[in-house]
Amino acid sequence: MLIETKGLSKFYQHKDGLIEAVKEIDLGFKQGDFVTITGPSGSGKTTLLLLLAGLIRPTSGTIQFQNYKLHSASDNQLAGIRSKHIGFIMQNFSLIPYLTVLNNVLIPLSLNQNGESSNYDYAINLLEKVGLKDRMNHLPKELSAGQQQRVAIARALVNKPNLILADEPTGNLDPALAIEILEVLKQINIENQITIAMVTHSPTASEYGNIRVHINNGCIQEF
Amino acid sequence: MKIYKLVLIELWHRKSQLITALLAITLGIGVIVGIRSVAVVSEKAVAINLDNLGANILVLPQGTTIDNYYSADIDAPTFPEEFVEKIRTSTLSGVDNISPKLTRRIKLNNQSVVLTGILPSNEIAAKPTWQTSGLTGQALKATCDTSAANKSHGFEDTKLQRKPIESLQQNECIVGANIAKLLKLKQGDRIDILENDFTVFNVLEETGTIDDDRIFAHLHTVQKITGIENQVSVIEIMGCCNAISEGLLGKLRNILPDTKITTINQIVSTQIKTNQLMNKISIIFLIIILFVGGISIGNSIWANVNERKKELGTLRMIGFTKSKIYQILLMKAGILGVIGGILGYLVGTLSGVVLGPQLAGLNIQPIPIYLLWSVLLSILISLLGSIIPAYLAGKIEPYKIMQEA
Ligand SMILES: Nc1ncnc2c1ncn2[C@@H]1O[C@H](COP(=O)(O)OP(=O)(O)O)[C@@H](O)[C@H]1O
Ligand SMILES: [Mg+2]
Repeated sequence: MLIETKGLSKFYQHKDGLIEAVKEIDLGFKQGDFVTITGPSGSGKTTLLLLLAGLIRPTSGTIQFQNYKLHSASDNQLAGIRSKHIGFIMQNFSLIPYLTVLNNVLIPLSLNQNGESSNYDYAINLLEKVGLKDRMNHLPKELSAGQQQRVAIARALVNKPNLILADEPTGNLDPALAIEILEVLKQINIENQITIAMVTHSPTASEYGNIRVHINNGCIQEF
Repeated sequence: MKIYKLVLIELWHRKSQLITALLAITLGIGVIVGIRSVAVVSEKAVAINLDNLGANILVLPQGTTIDNYYSADIDAPTFPEEFVEKIRTSTLSGVDNISPKLTRRIKLNNQSVVLTGILPSNEIAAKPTWQTSGLTGQALKATCDTSAANKSHGFEDTKLQRKPIESLQQNECIVGANIAKLLKLKQGDRIDILENDFTVFNVLEETGTIDDDRIFAHLHTVQKITGIENQVSVIEIMGCCNAISEGLLGKLRNILPDTKITTINQIVSTQIKTNQLMNKISIIFLIIILFVGGISIGNSIWANVNERKKELGTLRMIGFTKSKIYQILLMKAGILGVIGGILGYLVGTLSGVVLGPQLAGLNIQPIPIYLLWSVLLSILISLLGSIIPAYLAGKIEPYKIMQEA
């Protein structure tokens, strides 16, 4: 297993009481899985993704990612794990507005001490793959929504991750563009055997998963 | 993509915010550098004045302030030259080297210079009445050691001692070092002052004081060409120390009731007080900019953090640690500090150089080492001001941004 959870729960303390966002979830994804996570709004999809990324700590339960115990790792260890092994794709693209496309792709590598020029070549390579090599010196705002999301995909790939976590990556795109992005993700998944866990609302998108998880009220309903 | 590159690109991207962020610190550093530049020259001037004057008593027009005296304003008050005769014929003992002067600030080739009229010593010696009064030249030198009086103030720079000017023709002038440099003058050159033709008799060595911007000419010529006939702005007197303590000043006041008679001691103490005040002001300013500059930079870093919440959250998401976030923000603050320090130094030095001669009659030179101090001080202030905003930025949790989306 690449990533595995046991009895994973996350409760939020809220002024109106305890919110049980994720309850007793047991999951396991292998290298190369394409997992889609669906469920109604507020069912705990994002919370689950955050737990898998080590961005929040579980109230109870364990998360094993490769050799790492995410539930007990320190903040700095978690940051290191994210920067080395995990790629992120968000609904709002989450690009840095003042950096060029190329620099946006390169930003995760600023944490590693690799040679500048090989990084540079690899980033351009990725941009070529997502069809944006000719736009590498543009700012994000000069690109269309679909193009911005493809930059985000290139950025998610630049640290050669084992796992890509995507939270509604097509949520802000019209259907045709959504298909384009999904195809790129599928290609990455097949070619590089990168595990993808993708939260989505759209039934079309969920079709792409070989594992389809449906969550309701913080509990897995289908697996 | 290195961190510093990210910081620089972001800084450039929001360059309009630089102005508000840097205003306080630039002005603060500028004021300190300006005051310090003036103070340094002024402190030096105290020493040099003591040495240079070769006199320890000044007879000034009633109502003159020391500032008037140094700045040589166009409307600075004067009194009749015949006061010199009054002193000479009074048979006071303990008076030596009576030297009347008329000083006026004039424009020469658009340059502000001080024109000082003096009487060369050969003319003083030539006056029969003065000779008989026994008050001329070297007669009293033996009993009155002028340099001893000056040494008692701790100033011994005899190199700067102004040599008595033995002879000077009506159409000759002696030129200060700065003026000579600016107008490319050397001995024997001709120069036009207030539409009168002069020959450069001598060029003085650089002293670092207003003397560098001064032209000396014959008193009676200066009176004529400035239209202030028979008037002088000061009479410098070398008084014997013993005589001063025995009430020479009081006797002089009796002879010249309508003047202000003061000793170098008093002048120097006034100027030392001014210098102390300037030093105090710069310390007060130091404290003020520590607060205002630090708060203002900290405030703009905080505004910046709020504006970049999403971005900083994204960076945390992709693996930036808290300390990387601190690094980004403190690096930015440090760069702001460097810019603020350089700008502050330039503002302070420029205003000193431009305003110094006009306001204080002081010729202010840039002090390059202050650039280093300005930058270090400014960096320190920026970093101190940014510690809290950076700390708070580290608290931004990436998941909040993701859940808002
Ligand atoms: N930081 C938080 N504090 C309190 N409650 C939260 C927080 N984050 C999420 N929740 C709550 O947890 C539940 C699950 O949220 P989320 O995981 O974002 O759902 P989804 O992504 O499926 O829409 C919701 O009821 C939400 O209001
Ligand atoms: Mg969500």
